[in-house]
Amino acid sequence: MRASPSIHDLGRGSGPVGHLKLADQEPLPPPYDQPGWIPPFKPLTEKEQEKFVCVDDTIVVNIPKPQTKEEEDRLVQTFLGGMRKLFSGADNWTFLQPLVISMEHCARCQTCSEACHVYTESGRNPLYRPTYRSEVFRRLYFKHVKGSTFGRGDIELSWEGIARLIELSYRCNLCRRCGQSCPLGVDNGMIAREIRKVASQELGISTRELHGDGSMLQQRTGSSTGMNAIVVKDNLDFIDEDISEKTGLSLKTPWDKEGADVLVMHNAGEILAWPENPGAFGLLLEAAGISWTLSSELAAYDSINYGAFYDDVQLARTLIRHMQAAKKLKVKKIVVGECGHAHKVLGVIADRILTGDLNIPRESALTLMADIVKSGRIKLDPSRNDFPVTLHDPCNITRLMGIVEPQREVVRAVVPQERFREMEPHGVHNYCCGGGSGFAIMQGHNFPDWRFQVSGRRKMRQILTAFQGLPMDKDHPKYVCAPCSNCKGQIRDMLKYYDAWERAGIGYGGLVELVVNAMVDVKPGFIDWEWH
Amino acid sequence: MPMIPYLVTYAGVAVFVVAVLARIRMFSKMPMHLRWELYPVPHEKERAQHGGSYLEEPEWWKKPRHVSKSAEMTAMGREIVFLEALHEHNRKMWWRSFPFHFGLYLTFTATVLMALGAALAHFAGGSWSAVAGAWQILIALVAAIGAGLVFLGALGLLQRRLTDPDLADFTTAADVGNLLFFIVTFGFALVTFVAFDPRFVLASEFVHNLLAGHLVPVASGAAGAMVAVTACLLATLTAYIPLTHMAHFVAKYFAYHSVRWNDEPNLPGGPREKLILANLTQKVSWAAPHIQGGGEKSWVDLATEDFSQYGEHK
Repeated sequence: MRASPSIHDLGRGSGPVGHLKLADQEPLPPPYDQPGWIPPFKPLTEKEQEKFVCVDDTIVVNIPKPQTKEEEDRLVQTFLGGMRKLFSGADNWTFLQPLVISMEHCARCQTCSEACHVYTESGRNPLYRPTYRSEVFRRLYFKHVKGSTFGRGDIELSWEGIARLIELSYRCNLCRRCGQSCPLGVDNGMIAREIRKVASQELGISTRELHGDGSMLQQRTGSSTGMNAIVVKDNLDFIDEDISEKTGLSLKTPWDKEGADVLVMHNAGEILAWPENPGAFGLLLEAAGISWTLSSELAAYDSINYGAFYDDVQLARTLIRHMQAAKKLKVKKIVVGECGHAHKVLGVIADRILTGDLNIPRESALTLMADIVKSGRIKLDPSRNDFPVTLHDPCNITRLMGIVEPQREVVRAVVPQERFREMEPHGVHNYCCGGGSGFAIMQGHNFPDWRFQVSGRRKMRQILTAFQGLPMDKDHPKYVCAPCSNCKGQIRDMLKYYDAWERAGIGYGGLVELVVNAMVDVKPGFIDWEWH
Repeated sequence: MPMIPYLVTYAGVAVFVVAVLARIRMFSKMPMHLRWELYPVPHEKERAQHGGSYLEEPEWWKKPRHVSKSAEMTAMGREIVFLEALHEHNRKMWWRSFPFHFGLYLTFTATVLMALGAALAHFAGGSWSAVAGAWQILIALVAAIGAGLVFLGALGLLQRRLTDPDLADFTTAADVGNLLFFIVTFGFALVTFVAFDPRFVLASEFVHNLLAGHLVPVASGAAGAMVAVTACLLATLTAYIPLTHMAHFVAKYFAYHSVRWNDEPNLPGGPREKLILANLTQKVSWAAPHIQGGGEKSWVDLATEDFSQYGEHK
């Protein structure tokens, strides 16, 4: 018996092809096993469904429906043209080899499905299998790029099928846990990103949050937050004052210091949403006696590079701006703050783009922090962090970069041993927070409901499980340490959605905050539970 | 007519070799892609235990890099022989896939043993006869177990393909046909073995004749016919495999070594910079409003131009 929806349904009819069945979901652990504790999933309105292409119960991309047959045909033909470019070495040298491997050698054994938190937490909705969108894309590839469906299976082609496929490519966190589990090395997560690329690079279709208000805004104003250099410096001045007052240690963030050893790049979202994080970094670097600076060059005070989620050209553009700023300041290295995708882009992807004097060494803030902590340059008192702590592993930093131990070395140094609780699984086998690939900043329509009840549900389950056996109330605060801005945003919003602070005493924060909270020279109480 | 099974076998092996080489060439010729590794990466030695990389090291670019090729080979060997990833992530399928693949390895091993036996008999002369009997028993054991495992594994995989609702939507006629091809081929081989050639003497003689170019029937009557049909089926299957997605044994090498485990750093002035420059100077034809490549601009142009006047997305 075929599952419903079938892959063939994607190109048939109009409107959503599948719906969530919340009753099929496995209940969350206590105390969220109580009736009425899960907020209702707000349905899409008829108007929303009429206006935009739908594939399921939510909308992210906002693809308007074509008004004429010509527009429909243009959508199909442009998409197919873009698909062909994906398989050209000139247009897609960036991913050609891994893409062809994944397109031509999937055994469709569904091993990856069980590794995917979106699929399993959706109540095993077939639409969210890592193989669903890939198989449609694969069949289109064999039919329209290679010109033969022999042995590969046929698929119908319609404008709505194409549009739904694009929308469906934004139901994957790109965490690549599916790829990690594949015995053949097929990477269906990467295929989701390749679909996004065709949409963006050829059709000019992507999400407003990632493109117009994301990478384009960053390249025009300097930051996807909209902050220009004057505003960001003002903000840092405020942060310096606050941190100095709060900690009793003086902090003055250095800007554009030529010849500094370290250029720190923060996700600018930290500056606005979690000012204590860049403040804590500044304090730690000063205390460790490190020569460091921030850059006020365009885009260089924001490590965000949303191209990582949907567009290789945008990725390259932002990357070059980051590196030009480092070159101009003649720094010895770039240290990437607590931002997972910035880690991935600067630490790994950039390694096949940069040459010559732009190829400046890049390092993770987590390794630098571990180095400082281990060096004994600062005095630490772990008893200041005398509350249960669990550690979220950002996919980009762990599974995709292999940085696993430094953050644990830091936690072990600043948190009493018996207070640290690992999530299961953790490290390179972790689960995504559910906000990966840009979801954490997407708030349109009812997408937050999907983000917290489907893609984030596994992380919520892991957090609750890690703290089981403890009193679940706000008199007993518990800390989810998430050393990544995107993950932190998702976890912040999700804990709020589930009212987890009030109901279970679960708060969150970054890693450097735990370090500064444990610094003997700092006034006690740096971590302020009222943040939550 | 007696030459047909030999000619089909030559052709099957030739197609296999050419198709595999073509696929290797195709993947090798592709441009260097972005780094896209997935951890754990086994050559990271002790760090591989927790999935770590050299990026865990402060200022890693100043330190010698320790790569354990033996750990990588061991991991690859264990994956090839035992299908460890499948064992870990999809045990239900492993019970079917492992015997299937292991049976194929044994079948290949038996063929090599037959060829080796023929060569040794030729070169060692009389002294070979002392061990020839034991050698033949070894061949029979390996070949019989191998063929049996492939047959059972293929049956199990087919049963799963046809009955598991998770697979139904993704199963094509070719998937079923491929497994039936294995079942029929190895079914024939088993019948030939049980009914006509329990010590694999005829099969060994066929391989010997194949190598010697002595294209004569190994037996008359039904036995000869069954050996001929089995050889033709095996040869056709051998030719067919690399023409399908079952050539994943080639792709898997690249998927692991070139993608998942490729963490080779690009140090300033290193050999990769030349390859990077070759990539970056390629012309781009992506047509979205924020790109407008038109086949004229290179990646360098696109990354460094002032594109702020370009239109927004839809």
